[in-house]
Amino acid sequence: MSTIWILIPPLIAALLAGIRTPRAWVPGITVASCLVVLALAARTAWVVAAGGSVTADLGPAWANWVAVDGLSALILLLIAFVATTAAIYSIGYLAHGDLTLVKLRLYHANFNLFVFSMLAIPLIAEPTLVWIVVELTTLASALLVSFENTREALEAAWKYVVLSLMGAGFALFGFLVLFAAMRATGGETYTWAGLVAAAPRMPPLLMQTAFLLVLIGLGTKVGLVPMHTWLPDAHSQAPSPVCALLSGVETTSILYVILRFFPIMQAVPEAHAETWALVLGLISVGTAAFLLLQVHDYKRLFAFSTVEHMGIMLTAVGLGASAHYGAMQQIVSHAVTKSFCFFAAGATLLAVGTREIVAVRGLIGRAPAAAAALLLGGLGITGAPPLAVFLSEFAILKAGLATGHYVATGLLAVFIVIAFFGVMLHVNRMVFGTPEAAIPDAAPEHAAGHSSLPISCALALVLSAVPVLVLGVYVPAPLNALLQQAAAALSR
Amino acid sequence: MSDATRQLVENLNALAAGLFLLTSFGIVAMRQARGCLTLFIVQSLLLAASAALLGLRFGSGHLYGVALVNLITKPVIVPWLLRKVAPAGLYTRREVDQVLNIPTTLLIALALAIGAYFLGVPLSRAVGMEYQGPNVPIGIAGLLLGAFTLTVRREALPLLIGLLAMENGAFLAGILIAHDLSMLVELAIATDGLIIVFIVGVLVRAVAQQVGTTAVGELASLKEGPARRSAPEAGP
Repeated sequence: MSTIWILIPPLIAALLAGIRTPRAWVPGITVASCLVVLALAARTAWVVAAGGSVTADLGPAWANWVAVDGLSALILLLIAFVATTAAIYSIGYLAHGDLTLVKLRLYHANFNLFVFSMLAIPLIAEPTLVWIVVELTTLASALLVSFENTREALEAAWKYVVLSLMGAGFALFGFLVLFAAMRATGGETYTWAGLVAAAPRMPPLLMQTAFLLVLIGLGTKVGLVPMHTWLPDAHSQAPSPVCALLSGVETTSILYVILRFFPIMQAVPEAHAETWALVLGLISVGTAAFLLLQVHDYKRLFAFSTVEHMGIMLTAVGLGASAHYGAMQQIVSHAVTKSFCFFAAGATLLAVGTREIVAVRGLIGRAPAAAAALLLGGLGITGAPPLAVFLSEFAILKAGLATGHYVATGLLAVFIVIAFFGVMLHVNRMVFGTPEAAIPDAAPEHAAGHSSLPISCALALVLSAVPVLVLGVYVPAPLNALLQQAAAALSR
Repeated sequence: MSDATRQLVENLNALAAGLFLLTSFGIVAMRQARGCLTLFIVQSLLLAASAALLGLRFGSGHLYGVALVNLITKPVIVPWLLRKVAPAGLYTRREVDQVLNIPTTLLIALALAIGAYFLGVPLSRAVGMEYQGPNVPIGIAGLLLGAFTLTVRREALPLLIGLLAMENGAFLAGILIAHDLSMLVELAIATDGLIIVFIVGVLVRAVAQQVGTTAVGELASLKEGPARRSAPEAGP
C-alpha cells in the first residue's frame, strides 16, 4: 500500500465542501474523509508497530521523499484520531441557525485542508518540503481562527499568522543552511534519514546554526516561551473543534519536526542540543504554570496548559534517552486529553454563552454533562491519577531521577504541581462554585440555553474520553511497540 | 568562462546584493505603504538578478529557473493579488506614528546589519564554496531587517512586506549556499509566498470591515491581567 494515499481523502473533501454540495452533506463529507484517514493511519501504524516497513511507491527519483517510521506513524495516528473526533464534534457545534452556507463551506474546506497539511508533516521526509507543509498548516488554519469574525478573533488570527510566518522565515533559512551542511559533505539525499547518516561528517558550525534557527523558528509555532504570546489568543478564539486540532495535534506535529533534529545533532555533542531543549522546555513549563493562575477565560486556561505540555515534552527530550519513551507517551496523552478538554470547553460555551471564568459558577446544576466533561478534562490534563497524562508525566519524572537530573526533575515536578492547582482552582469554581446573586450576561457569543448538548458533540466527547481513561491504566501492546520505536527514533 | 568575465559577474552580483541591503533598510523606514511595496518589488528584482548572475557563475540552469520564478511571482502576481483581495485603502496609508522614530529605527537596523555580517561570514566560510559572495551576510541582514520591520510597523501592508522580505533574505543566501535545491521545492516555496499574500489580504479585509482600520498592529485587546475589556461587573 502506498502511504501517500492518506493525503487524498482530505483534499477531495475540501473540494467537495467548497463546491455546490447540499448543505446537509457538508459536515458528513468531512467526517467520512476523516474516518477513511483514521483507518489508513491505523493500518500504517499497525504495520510499522509490527516491524514492517511502509514506504511510498513513487518511483525512484522521489522514493526517499516519503518515509514513515515509528515516530511519524505515531504522529499520523494522533492527527487522524483528533481530526475524526473534531469533525464529529463540528456537526453539532456549528448547527446553530445563524451560520450562512458560505461560512459553513469555508469552515469545512479549511478544516480539511488543515488536516491535509498536518498529515503531510510526518509523511514527508524532505526537510524543505516539510517546511512548506508547516507553512500550509498556518495558512489553512488562519481563517479557522478568525472564523467567529469578532474583533478578538481577527486579532488572534493576525497575531497567529504574523508570528508563525516570522518564525517560519528563520526556520527556512535554517533548513537551507542544513542543506548546505549536507552538500558540504557530498551527501546526496536530503531527507531525515540521509541527514542522520551524513551528520558525523557535516560542519558542526552549520549544524548548530541550522538547529538553533529551526528551534527558534518552529518553536514559535509550537508555543515555546518566550515566543508563545500568540498561542493563548489563537487557541482560545477559534471555534472549539478547531482549538482541539490546534492545541491537541498541530503543536505536537510541529514539535515533531524539531524532534527530528535530535538524532542528527547527537553527532555534534558540542552543540548541546539536549541542554537547549531542557532549558527552553523548563522555561516554558514554569512560565505557563504561573500564567495559568491569572487567566480570565477558560479556553485560555487550556491554551496555557498546552504551552506547559509542550515544555514538558521538550524537557523530557532534553533529559536523555531514558526519558524518550515518556516523552512519546506524553505526546499521545496530551493529544487525546487536550482535544477532550477543548470539546468540554466548547460544551460549556454552548451551555452558558460566555468564556469568562467568573461568569460560570455552579455549572454542575445548569449543564451536568458539560460540567462533568470539564471536570474530567481538568483532572486529566493536569495529570491526576489514574488518567493518561499522569502515567506519562510519571514516566518522565522517574526517568529524570534515574538519570540524575535532580534539579531539572525537581523543578519540573514543582511546576506540574503548580499547574495542577492553577487549572483545578478555576475548574473547581466553575463546576461547583455557588452562583453569585445574578450572573451578569457578558454579551453571550452563542445563543445561550443549549442546555442539552448536541448528540454529535456528546459522541465526540465520549469517543475522546476512551483513550483518556484507558491509557491511564493500560497501554495496549501494539501502541507500546509503536511508542518504543518512536522513542528509538530520537537517538542515532 | 574567462577570468575577466568571472570577475565582472562576481562584481555585478556584489552590486545586486549591496542594493538588496539598501532596499531592506528602505522597507524598515519607509512611511508610505505604497513605497514599501515598490521597494519590495525592486528587492525581488535584485534577488532575481543575483540568482541569474550566480547561475551564470556556476553554469547552473537551475538558478535561471529560480530567477524566472521570482521575476514572475513577486513583481507581477503579488501586486495583482493584493489589488484583488486586500481592502482598497491599503496603499494610500501613511504611518505617522511609528513605534520608534526613523533615526532610531535606522540605527538599530544598522546594528542588525553589522551583526549579520559577523554571523554570515563564518557561516559562508564553513560552507566552503569556491566563490563566497556577499550573499550570506546580506541574506541574513535581509532576514533580520524583515523581522525588525514586523516589530516596528503597525500598518498591514508594511507588515506583509516584512514577512515577504524575510523570505527574500533567506533566499538571497539560499541561492548561493543551496543552489542545487530541487526545482520542485523552489516552485512550492514561491507558491507558498502567494498563498501568504492571499490569506493575509483576506484577513486584512476582514479587519478593515469589522474594526475599521488597516493598522492591524494596534489590535491589542487580548491579554491577561485584571482589567479585561469584557470582564463583567460584580453584581448590579
